[in-house]
Amino acid sequence: MNTTAFSFFVGIILLTLLITYWAARRNKSTSEFYVAGGTITGWQNALAIAGDYMSAASFLGIAGAIALNGFSGFFYSIGYLVAYLVVLFIVAEPLRNLGKYTMADMIAARFDAKAIRSAAALNTLAISTFYMIAQLVGAGAIIKLLLGLDYSTSVIIIGILMTIYVVAGGMLATTWVQIVKAVLLMGGTIALSLMVLAHFSFNPVEMFNQVAAKIGDKAVTPPTPTTISAGLDSISLNLALVLGTAGLPHILIRFLSVPDAKTARKSIVIATWIIGLFYLMTPILGYGAAYFVGQDMIKKANAAGNLAAPQLAEYLGGNIFLAFISAVAFATILAVVAGLVISAASAFAHDFYSNVLRKGQATETEQMKAARWASFGIAVVSIILALGAKNFNVSYLVALAFCVAASANLPVIVFTIFWKRFNSAGAVTGMLTGLIGSVGLILLSPNVMPAADAIFPLKNPGIVSIPLGFLAAYLGTVLTGSATKQEEEKHTQIFVQANTGIKKLG
Amino acid sequence: MQSDIKTNVNASINHGTYSNVTTTGDWNRAFQTRSFQELIRQKRSFIVPATIFFFVFYFILPILTAYTTVLNGKAVGVINWAYMYAFAQFVMTWGLCHLYMKKAKRFDELVNSVKQEITAKGGKAE
Repeated sequence: MNTTAFSFFVGIILLTLLITYWAARRNKSTSEFYVAGGTITGWQNALAIAGDYMSAASFLGIAGAIALNGFSGFFYSIGYLVAYLVVLFIVAEPLRNLGKYTMADMIAARFDAKAIRSAAALNTLAISTFYMIAQLVGAGAIIKLLLGLDYSTSVIIIGILMTIYVVAGGMLATTWVQIVKAVLLMGGTIALSLMVLAHFSFNPVEMFNQVAAKIGDKAVTPPTPTTISAGLDSISLNLALVLGTAGLPHILIRFLSVPDAKTARKSIVIATWIIGLFYLMTPILGYGAAYFVGQDMIKKANAAGNLAAPQLAEYLGGNIFLAFISAVAFATILAVVAGLVISAASAFAHDFYSNVLRKGQATETEQMKAARWASFGIAVVSIILALGAKNFNVSYLVALAFCVAASANLPVIVFTIFWKRFNSAGAVTGMLTGLIGSVGLILLSPNVMPAADAIFPLKNPGIVSIPLGFLAAYLGTVLTGSATKQEEEKHTQIFVQANTGIKKLG
Repeated sequence: MQSDIKTNVNASINHGTYSNVTTTGDWNRAFQTRSFQELIRQKRSFIVPATIFFFVFYFILPILTAYTTVLNGKAVGVINWAYMYAFAQFVMTWGLCHLYMKKAKRFDELVNSVKQEITAKGGKAE
């Protein structure tokens, strides 16, 4: 047991618990639980978006992927960042103008069908669970490194802790945990990068040169083209990365916690700067770890490289710095999981329980209760799945969640805003096909099946499942006849509202 | 006659989760205002080309590295053109973000004119 590290942990946990306690006392209504009552400012929201986004995948996963695989690890950084242009140009403002508590509100603003709310809630639950597995895998690895507990015990302890925060605190607490964490993570990453660069007289070019000299040129060069299929896999991954963000429920829900479209827009631009600067430092973390710690030691601690960043901290700054970086990583995971659980719980309680099961008749107390039970349920499922995912790189796991989001949610979001003829049958077909297609292909791929027997050859199915989602939404619409007159008329209203933010004419 | 249409449309909209007291006729009028048409035209003429541009710019990198070695040449020290291209995508993302913010100021002005046009015709927009 590492006592210093343990004290840091307790400190971080106490800090976040205090925030949760403070927020829980203010957490009176469902609107506050789901979206903090729409009271968050642009800067706060920007930090919270950055906090929600820079998950274990960004901090632990990318550093490890670059340390072990060089250039191809950096694809994650590029894709995660450029994705914000899709969000900013296409999704954010219409969503803010039309939505209320969840992503499904936006689709339901156009088509009020129970099947749509149910399908949207199902998508949110599936994507959040996938994403959460990645966070739990990262958290398990860190606790194991610091406290020497075995992986399963670590995952279970963390899962329980995280659920407590969300169930007690709601969106306001989650937002503040994100803000604190975003600042800590940026600080920790800058400190770590400066310590690496100090060894190369603060010259990044010198760092690249020495890394190539020590590990070999292949560390910095893109992998030499081998097979058609390997190339397709790389393009497929990039497609999922750039389109996934715009379908991620826990990011989309962030635009509903600000008062208007202008604030939503401003918060994305600030977040893009913060996130971009962070990702620019990922090669320094990755190559620093490969150079100082060595690829063998990294693989020894975790086969997928998930511990490269904490190992680098230990090498450069000793026990205290290891403790600090691990505590930051832990806070990161905690905050992201809280965000995920909130969006999943909102989808279940608001979309499925309140609007479908109770036909809009559920009281606020009943809704809050349903949201808390849903939080508990999704935590349990994710813990169980995470126990089996130990040897995956966490960034890679998150890329799969992006793929599901881009296949299942994005087509319907885009058609809802832009396509007049789109109808509710198309929306349901699109959502379900995207979800089943992407998850199904992952199950048939070398991720789950032994590589030699895998029915589907690509590790990331995006290049097939994303077009499939769009196609299904399109075919579902044209094959079920035309949109009803009411649906077409409604589109004019939605289109004006999405573009202007006008709620009511009179 | 007019009020009959209003009641019918209201009835069909109101059964939804979103009770909305406005008729689709009103939304059609808002849609047809000069300012709204101008807003949509200006939005399209920025967003469509900008989106096509960043998608093309983004996918050239994985396509080139997956099937060719043209980016493997050294640019600065051992840093190759693939990395330079990757860094250029960061610059592109930040640049397009700010370009959009600049354009969006004009979009906001047009939204205000839409509201004014509706008010001028005796309606209300909130």
